[in-house]
Amino acid sequence: MDKGASILKRRDLFRMIGAVAGSSAMYQTMTSLGLAADSQYTGPIKLQGAPKGTKVVVLGAGWAGLVSALELRNAGYAVELLEYNNRVGGRAWTIRGGDTITELGGETQKCGFDPGLYLNPGPWRIPYHHRGYLDYAKRFGVSLEPFIMVNYNAYVHSDAYFGGKPQRFREVQADFQGHVAELLARTARQDKLDQAVGKDDQETLLEALKEWGALDRNYAYVAGHDSAERRGYAVNKGGGLMPDPVGGQPIALTDLLQSDVWRALTFGQTHQWQSTIFQPVGGMDSTPKAIGKTLADITTLNAKVTAIHQDEKGVTVSYVDARTGKDQRQAKGDWCVCTLPLTVLSQLDVQVGAEMKAGMNALSYFTAVKTGLQFKRRFWEEDDHIYGGITFTDLPIRQIAYPNFGYNKPGKGVLLGTFAGGAPGFELAALSAADRVKAAVEQGARIHPQYKAEFETGVSVSWHRSPTTMGCAAAWTPELRAKHYRNLAELNGRVILAGDHLSNLVAWQEGAILSALDAISRLHHRVVAA
Amino acid sequence: MTKAICPALLLAVTALLALPAPGPARGDEAPPAASTRHANLLGYTQFPQRDGEALFKSVCAACHMPDGKGGKGAGYYPALANDTNLAAWGYPVTLVMNGSKGMPAFRTMMDDAQIAAVVTYVRTHFGNAYTDDVPVEEVAALRKTP
Repeated sequence: MDKGASILKRRDLFRMIGAVAGSSAMYQTMTSLGLAADSQYTGPIKLQGAPKGTKVVVLGAGWAGLVSALELRNAGYAVELLEYNNRVGGRAWTIRGGDTITELGGETQKCGFDPGLYLNPGPWRIPYHHRGYLDYAKRFGVSLEPFIMVNYNAYVHSDAYFGGKPQRFREVQADFQGHVAELLARTARQDKLDQAVGKDDQETLLEALKEWGALDRNYAYVAGHDSAERRGYAVNKGGGLMPDPVGGQPIALTDLLQSDVWRALTFGQTHQWQSTIFQPVGGMDSTPKAIGKTLADITTLNAKVTAIHQDEKGVTVSYVDARTGKDQRQAKGDWCVCTLPLTVLSQLDVQVGAEMKAGMNALSYFTAVKTGLQFKRRFWEEDDHIYGGITFTDLPIRQIAYPNFGYNKPGKGVLLGTFAGGAPGFELAALSAADRVKAAVEQGARIHPQYKAEFETGVSVSWHRSPTTMGCAAAWTPELRAKHYRNLAELNGRVILAGDHLSNLVAWQEGAILSALDAISRLHHRVVAA
Repeated sequence: MTKAICPALLLAVTALLALPAPGPARGDEAPPAASTRHANLLGYTQFPQRDGEALFKSVCAACHMPDGKGGKGAGYYPALANDTNLAAWGYPVTLVMNGSKGMPAFRTMMDDAQIAAVVTYVRTHFGNAYTDDVPVEEVAALRKTP
């Protein structure tokens, strides 16, 4: 018998795993065999040999549109870029003092933040493995600084438990881990793990649990030196004749479980939110602005697209002045890269195939509300000793995120007072901006009582009221992906779609970048093959 | 004798049972909303409001606005005021349940009675006077239609 036939080929193995468990399992297997990295960015794109005079109309100047326009022009295409807003960047946006924001429904806010303070109402953090983003930031000279995802001294807050008193993340984290370690150690010492763990490993496991859970010599998680080194001291360490340090009483396991605070522990352990995470110095709009600057000569702002028509010869995009709804114009090209959100695109007069249309119509966009609050002083640092990072709460505001710059300085600060999605997100999204700010102050004051005296001014963005996106991002389900994803991503005549909605990194800037690079590569290959 | 279950079949059955959730998927950059508890640190996915007016004010008003007049930008949210599309309840019920274009699907965030209540509210307010009942059991039947 032929030896080769009896051995499962590696490619067949991948196909089998893929068929049974889905592509993510296949990807995991490939990763474990060292064949795929944690990002699919492969370095700056190199498109060569664009036929002279071939023109591409790019719709939308968010990340996907900017990357498409930039790289297609670099490849030698003639490019025209249309954008609804009077700025580039899309959701990668920063609100500063003096900015005005008008939401759908007509409510206008004027941001009253002091100079140097800002809110990133859309994306706000960049994981170290979003290599596409990092590459563009480097190419365009944008400085990055750390974004603190896990702050052990920030709070986890349950309004109905612990008398509504916020608990320190370090205490919740250490106590949950300690109790679990104690339980497992007790089970191991009662020889109940004999079937699962070999005798030799059991001793090592006990040693590991003691270390991992900060257990004492009796394998117990109790008040004292061991636990205090993790959860912090009730009376801190001092010098000279200051009082001796005292370890505090751990929170009981039942309270940790019933209050739900344990749910806050794994955010920073999840791949997209693992350290190191970055933010651009000065605001999230820096990188798109830097890219947009180089494209100013081919960009038309305030352009509201009304129709995308195509035939065998080319693409015609009709647009009007977004401010007046008048002044109808047309942009003609051989091809079109369309990065408009599906919420908007599905409402336009678009000539594409029925399957692509079905996909455009089927996708829901999930909601998100962000509210920025300016305070007279950085009390979270001065009083609560919280420098950057995030407090989690079960109140509708969901999160309070502290500024990751300007630490330990006197003066004002802006924090993120709401980051809400799901049902509570809709409930806030349905309020006026003024009421959203009010809600953020009232709810936040339950965690930081200083809010009431120190609050100055705030702005709020409800993404379902954004005139350009009408939602936060695409809410894919496995069923919707199976049915519509390819139909939306394939070149449809002369039109190809791109954006974070056509990626597996939804609502991440990296998703928009990778989607755009993939779309323009396929488009380019189609053009040069013709 | 117990038959071995084919893993592929098991996965397919699981996929059929899983309801499409209108929220972000795991790993998306958004506050996750994936829990069965009413309120917790990951957000609740089911609206707690039961009556039509409360549901309208906490959900629909986000896009159709508190006065039902909608909004217009790069796309638009239709006005619900004096809306002849509401004459037959099947249309708005299907839209609330399954979404379409800019309209999110609320099938997992509202149960049948909630959908009936909020559609009834819209059909009898903002200049609309369609007073016939939206039968909850027929909403339930529509839910089963893909």
